[in-house]
Amino acid sequence: MRELIWLIPLIPLLSSVTLMLAGSRLPRLMIGIAGVGSVGFAALLTLGTGINFMANPEPFQLTLWTWMQVGSFAPGVAFYFDGLTLVMMSVITGVGFLIHLFSTEFMERDESYARYFAYLNMFVAAMLVLVMADNLLLLYLGWEGVGVCSYLLVGFWYQNSANGQAARKAFIVTRIGDTAMALGLFLLFTELGTLDIQAMVGIANETWQVGDNVALIACLLLLAGAVGKSAQLPLHTWLPDAMAGPTPVSALIHAATMVTAGVYLIARTHGLFLLAPEAMMAVAVIGIATTLMAAFTALMQSDIKRILAYSTISQIGYMFLALGVGAWTAGIFHLMTHAFFKALLFLGSGAIIHCLHHEHNIFKMGGLRTRMPVTFWSFMIGSAALAALPMTSGFFSKDQILLQAYQMPGMGPWLWLAGLLGALLTAVYSFRLVFVVFFGAAKTEPDKDTGWRMALPLTVLCGLSLIGGYFIIPVQDVFPVGSGDHPAHWVEYVSISVPLFGVLLAYLIFHTGQLKVDSLVNSRIGQTLRQFWLSGWGIDWLYDRLFVRPYYALSGMLKSEPVDAIYGLIVAINQTFNHWLSAAQTGRMRWYIVSMVFGLVVLLTLALQISPEVL
Amino acid sequence: MDGLNIPLNHILLVSSLLFAIGMMGLMIRRNIIFILMSLEVMLNSAALAFVAAGAHWGQPDGQIVFMLILTVAAAEVAVGLGLVLQVQKRFKTLDMDHANRMRG
Repeated sequence: MRELIWLIPLIPLLSSVTLMLAGSRLPRLMIGIAGVGSVGFAALLTLGTGINFMANPEPFQLTLWTWMQVGSFAPGVAFYFDGLTLVMMSVITGVGFLIHLFSTEFMERDESYARYFAYLNMFVAAMLVLVMADNLLLLYLGWEGVGVCSYLLVGFWYQNSANGQAARKAFIVTRIGDTAMALGLFLLFTELGTLDIQAMVGIANETWQVGDNVALIACLLLLAGAVGKSAQLPLHTWLPDAMAGPTPVSALIHAATMVTAGVYLIARTHGLFLLAPEAMMAVAVIGIATTLMAAFTALMQSDIKRILAYSTISQIGYMFLALGVGAWTAGIFHLMTHAFFKALLFLGSGAIIHCLHHEHNIFKMGGLRTRMPVTFWSFMIGSAALAALPMTSGFFSKDQILLQAYQMPGMGPWLWLAGLLGALLTAVYSFRLVFVVFFGAAKTEPDKDTGWRMALPLTVLCGLSLIGGYFIIPVQDVFPVGSGDHPAHWVEYVSISVPLFGVLLAYLIFHTGQLKVDSLVNSRIGQTLRQFWLSGWGIDWLYDRLFVRPYYALSGMLKSEPVDAIYGLIVAINQTFNHWLSAAQTGRMRWYIVSMVFGLVVLLTLALQISPEVL
Repeated sequence: MDGLNIPLNHILLVSSLLFAIGMMGLMIRRNIIFILMSLEVMLNSAALAFVAAGAHWGQPDGQIVFMLILTVAAAEVAVGLGLVLQVQKRFKTLDMDHANRMRG
């Protein structure tokens, strides 16, 4: 079984290539079978490998071939398999399979059916390469591969120029982080002489002391890459716009898998980050700042997908917080549960959008509880897990993160408090969504209910969101063991009760209306804050003024190629002289003769003036 | 050597006069036949100067160059008349101002 793990990324890749080459000639049923089946097969293989691995939890490495050899630099196309890889692969293939199945119904009317599955399969293949890579270079290949697929899928409906704009934004903003990450790889290779992750961490521990400056710089560069991919401050602006893609794409790429690649990268290279405590502090601070920023923004949005996008940014902020405080297991655990419930929420919103004539505005929905029961229960369970209500999967993971953040020496309690505020906001905005969309008076009639290909993934993900918290992820050998002692009981009780209080708030404000917030919202300062949060803290506006417009202005200036003007001048002078001289060529022979005679007379006169002795 | 003794200067004056007449004809005339005739006059003026100079210095070179000029003139007329025929054929006129297709 272990020797076959190379098949897992290969099968979706083959299916993708087939669909790209022959997709337009295949019948829709075949396309669906190829697209969904390949990921399903990969999921089965992952399951088999996982069972095998659990029986004998020994990490192993599989080298397929040497990718290239330049001096001592010889990265292989090699896979490394341990508990962390298994968790990531299970999420990618398992959740990926459900989302593929959902897509067959969501996209059934789309004319580019084959192109869609070709991209989606290629994404799964690239993402698997990312998490299975044994060295950072192969990881980078997968990293860029998922970036390309994200670009292609965000701009999937390319006839609308706004979608192309969003796709370019997603690609360019993540590219900033990717460039930093590439620099980080160069630095690591020059300092440590290898990019094989396991060997590299070993050498790093021998070469660097804790707090070494080079280690700090390398970690910060890797962090920049992770921040770009995982949509954290200050490179998060692409994710809300990436919602322009089809909703299952948002579920797979922009909620469950690709955006968590940054979390995976930091967890995978945690050996390096342990050598740079300042970098870990930066991870935690970025995480908590992003959590709060995105939670406030999500509170104000009215587009259902943007709410979920900001909520994704916010939840990944929690994962970063966990990584930053050294709660590696909790971070990866939250990654997994988040993949379940956020995929569930996105697919649920996809079902609503699908059945409601592509309506995105939550205030035009309402009363969908009785009309779309499956979707309603999906949203209830997904929101409960997102808000970390007790006994749901999100509760177990988020609770672990908050408790471990509290225990962090120094600023731990502050991080915990900020995390609690984030949890409160999460509960409010997620149940605001539920109450506005599913309760109250109906405003738009759904024209159909979900079919089985939508209902089945939703049901399975509901189950996973409920019981996912009881899974024990096999990463105890991957990460260093924490202290194991628990904070005081009151901390735990507060952590549990805050989300419940948030749900109560949402209930009072958005359902019964007993808590009047209109006067607060309509006050001057309330309006200003509302606008500020609605625009995502004005960061898009700021970047537009700071980078986009100056860039456009500069390119507008350079469009006329001012440097070429010098050479253009030389050309113009030559052409003018040419024009003058060619005017003398009249084609009349007598004119030539007269000119010659005249010239001869002038020359002779001159010659005689200068030297009269010739005569 | 007896007989008429015409000073060299006079002959050279006549030669220059002939040359100037020929050149004026070249510049003023539009008919290609007259242009060729003007050329002929100019050649002969040069030949006259050679012969006179040769006689003056008592050297045979002048007469030899005269023979050369005679040959060149004959050849030039042969080619020139061929051109005249072509010009007449192509442009239906002998006016050289109409044969101005090679203007820039």
